[in-house]
Amino acid sequence: MSDYNFAYLDEQTKRMIRRAILKGLAVPGYQVPFASREMPMPYGWGTGGVQVSAATLTPEDTLKVIDQGADDTTNAVSIRKFFERTAGVATTEETAKASVIQTRHRIPEAELSEDQILVYQVPIPEPLRFLEPRETETRKMHALQEYGLMHVKLYEDISQHGAIATAYAYPVKVEGRYVMDPSPIPKFDNPKMEMAAIQLFGAGREQRIYAVPPYTKVVSLDFEDYPFEASKADHPCDLCGAEDSYLDEVILDDAGNRMFVCSDTDYCRSRREAGHSGRLGEEAA
Amino acid sequence: MQAQARNTVYGGGFANPPVDSAHGFRAAMNAMARPGTIQRISGATPPDGISPAAGALLLTLCDPETGVYLTPDVDSDDLRGWLTFHTGAPVVAAEQADFALGSWAALMPLDRFRIGTPEYPDRSATLIVEMPELDAPNARLQGPGIKDSARLTLPDLEEFQHNAMLYPLGVDFFFTSGSQLAALPRSTKVTAGE
Repeated sequence: MSDYNFAYLDEQTKRMIRRAILKGLAVPGYQVPFASREMPMPYGWGTGGVQVSAATLTPEDTLKVIDQGADDTTNAVSIRKFFERTAGVATTEETAKASVIQTRHRIPEAELSEDQILVYQVPIPEPLRFLEPRETETRKMHALQEYGLMHVKLYEDISQHGAIATAYAYPVKVEGRYVMDPSPIPKFDNPKMEMAAIQLFGAGREQRIYAVPPYTKVVSLDFEDYPFEASKADHPCDLCGAEDSYLDEVILDDAGNRMFVCSDTDYCRSRREAGHSGRLGEEAA
Repeated sequence: MQAQARNTVYGGGFANPPVDSAHGFRAAMNAMARPGTIQRISGATPPDGISPAAGALLLTLCDPETGVYLTPDVDSDDLRGWLTFHTGAPVVAAEQADFALGSWAALMPLDRFRIGTPEYPDRSATLIVEMPELDAPNARLQGPGIKDSARLTLPDLEEFQHNAMLYPLGVDFFFTSGSQLAALPRSTKVTAGE
């Protein structure tokens, strides 16, 4: 561990990231440019989230890393090991025991507390990017609060599919001002973004940091006659029986059998340990 | 004493910079993310004239890339020397400053500080206001980071209301007293009331 500076990054880089985080917190939902560094992992593997976590961690923190809700996937395991080695911090898989949680594309099911910090890995921070490719133009659109194009996109969803078909990275308006990409979390998670914890977003390749302070108003865009709906698979978890958690669909064999399981592995495990069981819970145990 | 004078400039920095600045930043982030809360920040012993909290904040956030403005009431050769030795931050005029440090009266008028541009509201100054105390709340705060409402000791009300009206432009504030730290981002709405 003495071979690395605490949490890998050099101090000047951390200061630059920290200043960006503070400005991000002062203007919730606004994307602060920062000089993203090369990290010892490829773009798309959470380099933005890792840099934000590195600038945020203290030696006393307990870190949890999830990828699509799971603690045990390659991305989550490698980032957790990275910080065990470079920062020497304690790590955990239990949501309630973590003080800093780095996440790729999910918000944990368990409600987060005031003592926690949620760090999101963000691939494309600009919600308007697929509607307007030029950064100079999207900057101007944010400056002028010109978000009509986003509503047109949602309207086109309705005219084509009969409903708003956007199921993840569902755009939100933060504190009535900035339209923000919540990162590719399922829209099921959107209502949880008004939380007690600090939310930080890091996009490494795109070099942007943004933030949502606790209890900030985060509203999913919608229409009066087509209100926002936080949807999930209409099914209980096959392992723990939970009806309120976001589910992954898993194909079991060539005969078309499938199961639905909690995407949040810690939530599912803690429920099963508490004696809850779903359709396939017994077999799996 | 010669040794003492040199010590004020070269001493008083973070004993363990990576860890002390991580703690310093956590305090600063909690303050900025939860306006009205009082955080503790320590680890620095700056020259006489500024609080340990302000000193720790400068060490945590400033480096050769950030211009610092010192108001006349805190500006001294010792402080300049200390800041330069420990952070390398250039001392600049108020109009160019990324960070400004001083008492509330000496920081006036506020409109000389950078408030960002419509495309880049982050390119604005952060003011570190030295306060006699933070324990006599006179203002009610509402906005991001605050559950219902919070209270804070502020040196003024109108200036902060005016600053909030500029949103998303504007400057952001830290308040320091002893080893206490609080913050007020431009997003917070300020009204009178204990």
